Amino acid sequence: MTDLNRRGLLAASAAGAAFGALPVARARAQAANTIRIGVLNDMSGLYRDVNGPGSVVCARQAVVDSGVTARGINVEIVAGDHQNRPDVGVNIARQWIDRDGVDVILDVPTSSVALAINTVVREKNKVFLNSSAATSDLTGAQCSPNTVHWTYDTYMLAKSTGGAMVRAGGDTWFFITADYAFGHALERDTANFVRAAGGRVLGQVRTPFPGTTDFSSFLVQAQASRAKVIGMANAGGDTINTIKQAAEFGITRRGVKLAALLMFISDVHALGLQTAQGLVCTETFYWDLNDRTRAFTSRVVPNMPQGLRPGMAQAGCYSAVLHYLKTVADMGAAQAKADGAATVARMKAMPTEDDAFGAGTIRADGRRLTPAYLFEVKAPNESRGAWDYYKLLQTTPGEEAFRPIAEGGCALVRS
Amino acid sequence: MDEIFGIPAPLLFGQLLLGLINGAFYAMLSLGLAVIFGLLNIINFTHGAQFMMGAFVAWMLLNWLGLGYWWALLLAPLIVGLSGVIIERTMISRLYKLDHLYGLLLTFGIGLIIEGVFRNYFGSSGLPYRPPAELQGGWDLGFMFMPVYRFWVVVFSLVVCLATWLMIEKTRLGAYLRAATENAALVQAFGVNVPRLITLTYGFGVALAALAGVLAAPIYSVNPQMGTNLIIIVFAVVVIGGMGSILGSVLTGFGLGVVEGLTRVFWPEASATVIFVIMAIVLVTRPAGLFGRA
Repeated sequence: MTDLNRRGLLAASAAGAAFGALPVARARAQAANTIRIGVLNDMSGLYRDVNGPGSVVCARQAVVDSGVTARGINVEIVAGDHQNRPDVGVNIARQWIDRDGVDVILDVPTSSVALAINTVVREKNKVFLNSSAATSDLTGAQCSPNTVHWTYDTYMLAKSTGGAMVRAGGDTWFFITADYAFGHALERDTANFVRAAGGRVLGQVRTPFPGTTDFSSFLVQAQASRAKVIGMANAGGDTINTIKQAAEFGITRRGVKLAALLMFISDVHALGLQTAQGLVCTETFYWDLNDRTRAFTSRVVPNMPQGLRPGMAQAGCYSAVLHYLKTVADMGAAQAKADGAATVARMKAMPTEDDAFGAGTIRADGRRLTPAYLFEVKAPNESRGAWDYYKLLQTTPGEEAFRPIAEGGCALVRS
Repeated sequence: MDEIFGIPAPLLFGQLLLGLINGAFYAMLSLGLAVIFGLLNIINFTHGAQFMMGAFVAWMLLNWLGLGYWWALLLAPLIVGLSGVIIERTMISRLYKLDHLYGLLLTFGIGLIIEGVFRNYFGSSGLPYRPPAELQGGWDLGFMFMPVYRFWVVVFSLVVCLATWLMIEKTRLGAYLRAATENAALVQAFGVNVPRLITLTYGFGVALAALAGVLAAPIYSVNPQMGTNLIIIVFAVVVIGGMGSILGSVLTGFGLGVVEGLTRVFWPEASATVIFVIMAIVLVTRPAGLFGRA
């Protein structure tokens, strides 16, 4: 490059800087009170109805209900599809944080992806509000000062659903497990409860994830083990196919019980009550639980995709955003944007309160405590209308439902 | 106790049977692909979406028009096949002069669009579809419980595969088809309307996919991604069998179903991968596929 050219270039860039200075400054001032929330979940695969666009709808509702806009805080919500792949998820998260100024990553189903995002958000000191992933490692060995695990986890599912099955006499188990972090964690946590209650685990089979559609082969193996309970450590479309094919192979008719360790109301809807009746499952939210949950549901249903009722993962997104924005309003948007860990610490210091879940608290390890409800799926003749699917069997208070804080092995607690 | 490689023999027989059932789906889908590739020289990546459409049309017929499974078995392939004819006439036919790759990209794109549209209207969890009353229940074979419906799937798809093979190998229409595959220009010179033959062939291949979709509806959850899950395996089946080989794709379909079924017993974690391992081995040793001509 010649001297002349270089000088010309310098002049041009200096002029650009001078002209550009004003708009840039204005954008910064605007950005200081703009909170960006990135909803990262499965928009196109087997978990789409469990979270997907419904989570975005619930997050938007939380922004409206929080009333922060009136207090001068702008909230922008962006959405991304991680396709249940950790590499895709991490790429989107880094791009959002580095380039687009996203402050919060919300939802993130699929435990393998969630654990990867957990590390990224901690490294960048942003906020990770996880509603849809199940692995209890998020508040255990891999806990982070930037993360709150909002809605449920494998330990609580195992204790509630697994515990109920063992108490009902199901003392021998065979697991059909989705072969990734989530399935392994759910199987491990459930097996611990089964053994602690004096039961035995007779075997397990790990099914490739994603991409398994035919479970008959695994069901026949489970049946050959002569276990009384088949524990389904999988979710979404996998659970639906397993239940459907178990009915087809007459497994339930022979007295073998299916334990739907993680089942959402959208799964029940997809199965139909004829097939799903009698199954028990655990959720922390049900739209028809009380007046407040019904009020929340009536606010979001008009915007939900395909007229779905919100499930617990989506309601969790609502609750998490609402509490986060309360904290932001409390500490100021600029501080909240600057330090994710400090924001999460403030969130832990305040009790949570919303229509979907009622009152709750967030523990030092990032675990939000909320009651766990054990439901049984109604028979077709018990259902009084659309989406009237559950009857409540048992409520476990939040303090008892989740893993005791000392047992998780979270480094935040020891220090 | 009779054991084979540490697995009780009855369990193994059960798994062989289940493998055969899955093989039936692979065979029907790869048959359609092979027929289309043979004549059109197009790798029809829309096939998975058309399989899914077959299942959805069955659901729509039942829930919107009250027409049950047997009607769906007849009507869904016709309806979806017709949609295939329209796609071929309006879009795919413009690409015959170009490289294979364009056809692949176009059909892949159409498949994504169809899936996206269904996902937008029906979500991803799927829709319930029960087998017809006549085919519910099952038999206890001693070593396993055999649902009547699965047995029906194997028998029906065997019949369809055999009928297709006979039609292509033994009838005059089949002879035209094979001749057009060899040399389209010459066949056209003899007065056969080759473009129409091509359109109908595509429609027929698509109808086979839709028929497999109707068969699958009572077994799998009827959801927009049901085709995507299956189609990648089916492409591997076609490659292993030899592109365009009718008999090859059918035999490989059933055979690989069995191989996959056995893998699910001995090493379940690898059951999604085993077919691709076989594909790699076949491509290295016999690039034209097991039944293909080099």
